[in-house]
Amino acid sequence: MIGILASIIDGILIGAVYGLAAMGLTLIWGVMNVINLAHGAIVVIGMFVLYTVANMLGLHPYGAVPLMIVFGFVVGIALYWVGVHRMIGRPELMSLLSTFALNMVLIGLGTAWWTTSPYNVQVSVPSVSWQGYTFTGTHITAAVLAVVIAGLLYLLLYHTRIGKAVRAVATNREAAELCAIPTTQVLAMAFGLGVALAGVSGTLIATMFPFTVLSGEAYQLKSFVVTVLGGLGNPAGALMGGIALGLVEGLATPFMPVSWIPIVEFGLFVFCLIAFPRGIFSFTKA
Amino acid sequence: MWRRPFPWFIIAAALLYALYPYFTDDVGLRESLLLAAVYIVMASNLNLVIGYAGYVNFGNIVFFGLGGYICLYLVTALHWNVIPAAFVGGVAVSALALLFGLGILRLRGAFFALATIGVNQAIQQLVVNFEPWGGATGIYLSLDSYGSLGGPMQALWTTYLLIVVVTAASLLASYAVRNSKFGLGLLAIGENEDAASVLGVPTPLYKAMVYSASAFLPAIAGGLYFFKSGIIEPSSAFNLQTSIEAIVMVMLGGSGTILGPALGAFLYEELRGFLLTAQSFSQFQLVIAGALLLLIVQFVPGGLLGWVHQHWPKTRRWLE
Amino acid sequence: MKKTFYLAAAAMLLIACPAFAQETITIGFTSSQTGALNNDSTAQMRGIELWRDDVNAKGGLKLGGKSYTVKLVSYDDESQNTRVQQLYTRLITQDKAQFLISPYSSGLVATAAIISEQYGKVMITTGGALEKTYQLGNKNLFQLYTGSSQYLAGALVALKEKNPKPRVAFVYEDDPFSKSVVAAVRDTAKKDGDVIAVDESYAGSTTDFSPVINKAISAKADALLGGGHYADGATLARQLHEQKAGVKWVTLLVAPDSPKFAELGDSAVGISVPSQWEPQAAFKPDFGPTVPAFTKAFTDKYKIAPAYHAAGGYAAGLILQHAMEKADSIDQAKVAAQLNAMDVTTFFGRTKFSTDPKSHGLQVGHDMVLAQWQKKDGKLVKEVIWPKAAKTAEALY
Repeated sequence: MIGILASIIDGILIGAVYGLAAMGLTLIWGVMNVINLAHGAIVVIGMFVLYTVANMLGLHPYGAVPLMIVFGFVVGIALYWVGVHRMIGRPELMSLLSTFALNMVLIGLGTAWWTTSPYNVQVSVPSVSWQGYTFTGTHITAAVLAVVIAGLLYLLLYHTRIGKAVRAVATNREAAELCAIPTTQVLAMAFGLGVALAGVSGTLIATMFPFTVLSGEAYQLKSFVVTVLGGLGNPAGALMGGIALGLVEGLATPFMPVSWIPIVEFGLFVFCLIAFPRGIFSFTKA
Repeated sequence: MWRRPFPWFIIAAALLYALYPYFTDDVGLRESLLLAAVYIVMASNLNLVIGYAGYVNFGNIVFFGLGGYICLYLVTALHWNVIPAAFVGGVAVSALALLFGLGILRLRGAFFALATIGVNQAIQQLVVNFEPWGGATGIYLSLDSYGSLGGPMQALWTTYLLIVVVTAASLLASYAVRNSKFGLGLLAIGENEDAASVLGVPTPLYKAMVYSASAFLPAIAGGLYFFKSGIIEPSSAFNLQTSIEAIVMVMLGGSGTILGPALGAFLYEELRGFLLTAQSFSQFQLVIAGALLLLIVQFVPGGLLGWVHQHWPKTRRWLE
Repeated sequence: MKKTFYLAAAAMLLIACPAFAQETITIGFTSSQTGALNNDSTAQMRGIELWRDDVNAKGGLKLGGKSYTVKLVSYDDESQNTRVQQLYTRLITQDKAQFLISPYSSGLVATAAIISEQYGKVMITTGGALEKTYQLGNKNLFQLYTGSSQYLAGALVALKEKNPKPRVAFVYEDDPFSKSVVAAVRDTAKKDGDVIAVDESYAGSTTDFSPVINKAISAKADALLGGGHYADGATLARQLHEQKAGVKWVTLLVAPDSPKFAELGDSAVGISVPSQWEPQAAFKPDFGPTVPAFTKAFTDKYKIAPAYHAAGGYAAGLILQHAMEKADSIDQAKVAAQLNAMDVTTFFGRTKFSTDPKSHGLQVGHDMVLAQWQKKDGKLVKEVIWPKAAKTAEALY
């Protein structure tokens, strides 16, 4: 019984980070109807930023978090202008391919620079033990930071002018244009924001597990599942969807071999796509 | 269809493609041509769904992988000859595709694309956990399996010829569909599905048919390819990256045309093969491919053939 | 007159020169310079390269009255099966390699073996213990490593010396090698009536072991046997320590043997590994370098101590060389015949190949040892804890 509880708690902790990763994806999708297939590559960038900051520059690992947010924002805007701007309004296939092309370029450059060998960053944070089970400090810190950042995003979107502009463009671009909102710049910033969120989730993941240039793909797939669970364009839904996914993983683990869990996840994914196209948590869309 | 020159052109090209390495006994060339032929099969069948009907099948590799698994299973466990085994694989995968298609084809646009990824990943994980098919280890062919084709060396040649036959069949099928009422219906669905439906095109039926049809030849090609490789395992049989590269090939050559995907597949594979062994460049294969795709999607969405058609309109007649 | 004389003399010398020209013999292989297997594959490649350097330094191979320089052609297979297939085909058809050495890791060896057998080329396999590969009807494969079924046999015996009725957890990578290793030890454990607390495989790319470690804690496991290769093994060891799993005996495959494993610090203490060879081994070789000579040469050249992966690489070249020298030719059939007849001892141990067609090439002469990381004077060192004949320290429990 306790084992199951421990498993669930662990699942929720990781789930918060999944949710953070998915928030970036769902924001971009909701605002500009673009599915960012470079999402995985950006998560990887976040991981290597941690490596660079902690192992190569010798700074405190968690210092990489604010660094990544800023860096991710800048990179996101750059990527927007390079690959996404011309795709707005065009058929979805085009933006899928365009972002996928960006993904290939980023992963290719990453492979050339770091190769596909595993990397690890040692982060020591005191852990919490309970009834023989230990919750590692890095997992707890990552979950806490994920929720904090999600909270900051909420404040940004609902209590600042820029957030209002983003929401306006997401709702109706032409109307926003008529209200003298510089929509192109807002789109670029929204993309930058989405990339920053994805990147920082990579940084947090890297504090917990070893990674390679190819690790991002698994998290991208999980982000798709979470986005579909939480509803498109709904960041709060994404966080809840992430925690829900973590919960599913935690609940399932004691009862089945670990290798069966992805089947459950993808089965759930296809099921939700067909049965709940608006997401399970759509009623919380603010 | 046989009264037009184009199909004969395909057959002539296929004969040349098959027999040139055979008569020069160039094994290295045969190996790279074989790989290119497999990609041509994948790309031109994918084109039926993407280029004609406008549905992006991101998980198209699942047909290839499942076809491979069924064929190898029949060969190793039930000792079938590879030719009927591959054919049965093709039929079985088509039937499965019809089943899945009925479920996911009601989704539109990006949702459909994501669903195909979900299907691929779910099937990959099912196979990983399925012991009769070797689980994560996969199926290894013992060398006696080549005995039915006259030993390994002979078997490699025979498999090559068979794959070229499948390639030619894919291109001919592409042409036949394009010039049929079915093809017109698909193109209408690709332009505007609701309008097509209103105008009397049986959209659910056509979509399911094309999705299922696009699975048949790649499944056979999968069976033949993995037979030649002697080994099949989940990570390479259901590799999402290869799946997406197939889409790149279709776009590169010109989506919706017949020669376009074939050309795109051939060029892309040759580029990859070159980069694979040119030590200094092997890391950059992905970067170059990605940059290429980015440029095409943004500036030349019609691909190579689209660009040619634009600049030399007369070619539209004969270079499809 | 003088001019023509000198011209003629020069011409004669030029014609005579080819007789002294070195021929080359090309040996092909791939190594995983990038990807998850890079750590141990690079060690194996270094072993092969050290062998080539030693041979060429002595003037190359002298066979059939001719002198051959050894040339190695290798590519990066990126730890992937598809690359292995394409590259071995290239090695045979374009680089015209006369003999092949396998890649590192059983999965890749199996893939390369299909190609080498399709083209009928002799391949010495090293870095691959999976026995199934040799049961598919091959004619030209020769395995250097002891087979996978032996890997954890010693670990179970050594464990029982400390705890006769252990609760065992099998946590292993889902790949052909690890699965076959655990299949063998599972049978033994079942026959002995041991309690199997956990029995789960994980995908090689797994980085989060907390679910399965929690399962081991829930099941109150005393011992954990398994692992796979370097990347996952090192991560599993680290997370077992971080989660304070409280498992008293941990034997992991492959990973702990690499000197790099010491970087894990306290996580490494007490972890044991089945090893094909250790620098403390006391074999008396029939030919080739002695154990200390090899260890010193490797450490001098690469500034890192050799583990069994490197030793296997060197031994592959050495055995091939010996077969060629005994056959006094580079002819495939003659060399294969010599390999089939071989029963020798080198610094790597005893080498003898099975000639039974149902398991051709399987290694039947070589034995394994169990090594464990222990703290000696504050530093981490690897000690041999089993079998008794090769022991250098007591096992920690």
